[in-house]
Amino acid sequence: MTDQPDGSRRMLTQRRNVLKGLAAAPAGMLVPAIARAAAPATSAVNTTGLAVTDDTVTVGILHSITGTMAISETGSVEAEKLAISQINAQGGVLGRKIKFIQEDGASDWPTFAEKAKKLLVGDKCAAVFGCWTSASRKAVLPVFEQYNGMLYYPTFYEGLEESKNVIYTGQEATQQILAGLDWVSKEKGAKTYYLLGSDYIWPRTSNKIARKHIENHLKDSRVVGEEYYPLGHTQFNTVINKIRLKKPDVIYAIVVGGSNVAFYKQLKAAGIDLHKQTLMTISVTEDEILGIGGENIAGAYACMKYFQSLKNPNNEKFVPAFKAMWGAQSVIGDVTQAAYLGPWLWKLTAEKAGSFDIDKIAAASPGIEFKGAPEGYVRIHQNHHLWSKTRVGRARTDGQYDVVYETPGLMEPNPFPKGYQ
Amino acid sequence: MGGYSLTDLVSIMAMQGFAGLILFSVFVLMALGLAIIFGQMGVINMAHGEFLILGAYMTYICSHVVQTYAPALFPVYFFAAVLLAFGASFLLGIVVEWLLIRHLYKRPLDTLLATWGLSLILQQIYRSIFGAREVGVELPPWMMGALQATDTIQIPINGLIVMGLTVIITIGVYLLIYRSRWGKQIRAVTGNRVMAGAVGIDTDRIDRYTFGIGCGIAGVAGAAFTMIGSTSPTAGQLYIVDTFLVVVFGGAASLLGTIASAFTISQARSTLEFFLSGSMAQVLVLLTVVGILMLRPQGLFTLKVRR
Repeated sequence: MTDQPDGSRRMLTQRRNVLKGLAAAPAGMLVPAIARAAAPATSAVNTTGLAVTDDTVTVGILHSITGTMAISETGSVEAEKLAISQINAQGGVLGRKIKFIQEDGASDWPTFAEKAKKLLVGDKCAAVFGCWTSASRKAVLPVFEQYNGMLYYPTFYEGLEESKNVIYTGQEATQQILAGLDWVSKEKGAKTYYLLGSDYIWPRTSNKIARKHIENHLKDSRVVGEEYYPLGHTQFNTVINKIRLKKPDVIYAIVVGGSNVAFYKQLKAAGIDLHKQTLMTISVTEDEILGIGGENIAGAYACMKYFQSLKNPNNEKFVPAFKAMWGAQSVIGDVTQAAYLGPWLWKLTAEKAGSFDIDKIAAASPGIEFKGAPEGYVRIHQNHHLWSKTRVGRARTDGQYDVVYETPGLMEPNPFPKGYQ
Repeated sequence: MGGYSLTDLVSIMAMQGFAGLILFSVFVLMALGLAIIFGQMGVINMAHGEFLILGAYMTYICSHVVQTYAPALFPVYFFAAVLLAFGASFLLGIVVEWLLIRHLYKRPLDTLLATWGLSLILQQIYRSIFGAREVGVELPPWMMGALQATDTIQIPINGLIVMGLTVIITIGVYLLIYRSRWGKQIRAVTGNRVMAGAVGIDTDRIDRYTFGIGCGIAGVAGAAFTMIGSTSPTAGQLYIVDTFLVVVFGGAASLLGTIASAFTISQARSTLEFFLSGSMAQVLVLLTVVGILMLRPQGLFTLKVRR
C-alpha cells in the first residue's frame, strides 16, 4: 500500500470549488451570449474556457485501441459512443450536442498521461471518459488534478483512491467482494477458502480484503491457501494439485488476461467439475468468457454489479441498442456497462449544476441519480464512487450468466475500508 | 503432513509427477523449433511466438470450418488442424527466410531486430484479421476431460495429447537430423558452412528448409497450446521468455541439450511451485539458471563446432 493518495488528492470542500469557479467567471463573460432559447448562454455554462460553443460541447474518449489492453478496452469505447449518440438523439446536454475526440492510450501508461494532457490542455475537453487498468488511471490522475479535468473511470478496481477529478463508475473492491463472500458462506455453507490471483495490485488488494472478511466476519471460516502467479502465466497444473490437496469449499479466483483462459481450461482438463466444486471469481465478465469458452467455465460463480442477462426494463432496452450499434455478436460485460454510465452521469450532473465548469460538476456530482442505468439504479456518493447493487451470477455454457443473487439494497462504496487494510 | 491420508498424498504425488511431465512436454514443444533454427544458422528468431500463434489460429479456423461444413468429423478435426498448422507456419517460414533472413546471415544482431519487427507486424496482422480479443477455440469434448486412473488420480487428457505430440515430433526431428541424408547435410553446414558449400551442398536450400521446419514445429506447438492456453494476437509473447530460457540453458545447437534443459527447468519449477508460491518459484528458477550460466556460459551441452 505504498501509493496511498496524499491529502491533495482528497476532495476539496464544495465551498472552495464554488469560489474557484466564481474567480474564473469574468473571462468567460466576455464571450457574447448568442444562444438558442432552450439552451443557456455559453458564457453562463462555461466560465473556464472549455471547448463549449453555442451548440456543441467537446468531450474526450481515452482508451487503448491497440496493444494488449485493446482486448478489454474495446467494449468500453463502444459503450461510451453508444451513450453519447443516445444523449445527442435526445437533444444533448444543456442544449448542446456532444462531440467526442478519441485518443489511443496504446496499452502504455506514459502514453495515457500524454494523451490526457492533450485532451485537457489542447482540446479543452469538458469531460474525459477513459482508462481501464489501475496503472493507466494512476498515470493520468496527476494530469487531471493539475489541469483540473474530469475523468469518468469505468473499471472495478482495488479502491484506496478518491479524487475530486474522478468519478468511479465501476465498483471498488469492498462493494464487489463482501456481498459475494457473505452469499457463498450462507448459501453454500462454505468454511474453507483458497485465494488465487495474478500477481499485481488489484488481485492482491482484493484478496487481502477477502481474507480479512473471511477471518473476521464469517463464522468458523478460514483461508487454507493464498497464491499469486505472474501475469501471463500459462501453467496451472501444479496449483490445481495444491487446491486438490487442501480440498477448499470455495476457490476464490482473481486471475486475469491470457492466464484466465489457461486456468479454466486446465481446471476443466484436470477433472474438476465446477458444478460440484464451488468457484467464485470477480475477474471474469462475459467478455472474458469469449476467450475462455463457455463450456470450460460453466458452473462457476462470478460476483459483480452487472450481467448482460439482467432482467429489468432499462437493460432490456440497453442490450438491443448496443447490439444494433455494434453487431449482434457483441457481448456486454460489467465494465462495458459501467462505461455506459459515464456520459449519462456527466449529462445529469451538468444539468443539475447548470454548467460545464469542472469545479461545479465535481461539486454537483454527489447525490446524482441515474434511474435509467442498465444495472437498475445508481447514485453518486460523496466520495465520487457509485452506490450500486452487487449480484452473483452463475456461468452457463453459452457464455452468459444466470443471476442467482442480488443484494437487497445498494452497497455503499468504501474506498478506504477500516479494518481491511 | 498432518490431516492428509496416505492415499491422498500418494495420488497428489502421482498427479504432480504428471504435471511436471506435461510442463516438460510443453517446454520441449516450444523450444524445439527455436533450437533447430538457432543451432543451424545462428539466427535468433524473435518472431517464434507469432509462428506459434499462427498455428493456434489455424486450429481456430479449422474448428470453425469443420463445425460448419462437416460436423460429423468434429471429434477428430484436431489432427487435421495440427497438419494444417505445420503447413501454414512452414510456408510462412520459407517466405520469411527468402524475403528477410537470407539477406542478414552475415549480420546476426540485425536478424534479432528484423525478426522482432516481424513479430510486431505479424501481431498487427492477426489483430486486423481476427480482432484484438481472444478467440475461443472449441475442442471436441473428449479432449477436454480427465482420465480417471484410480478413484483419486485424475490425469488431464489434453496433457497426454501434448505429451504424445512431443514424443512424435522429437523422434521425427531426431530421425531427420541424425538418420537421414538431408540431416547429414544440415549437420555438415552447421559444422563448417564454407567447407560444406565446397563439397557441393546447397547451403541456401538447407537453410531455407531448416528455417521452415523450425517454424512449422512452432505451428504444431501453437495448435497443441489451444488446449491449455489462450489464443490472441499477443499470446505468443507469453511463451517466448520460457522458450529462450530453455534454449539458452540447454546450450544452443544441441537437441539433447534442449531436452535436458526443458526437463530440468520444468521439474524444478513444478516442484518449487508446489512447495512455495508461484511467483517465488519463478524467481528461484531464474536465479538458478542465471547462476549456472555464469559458471557455464555455453549452456548444459554443446556441440564441437569449428568456427
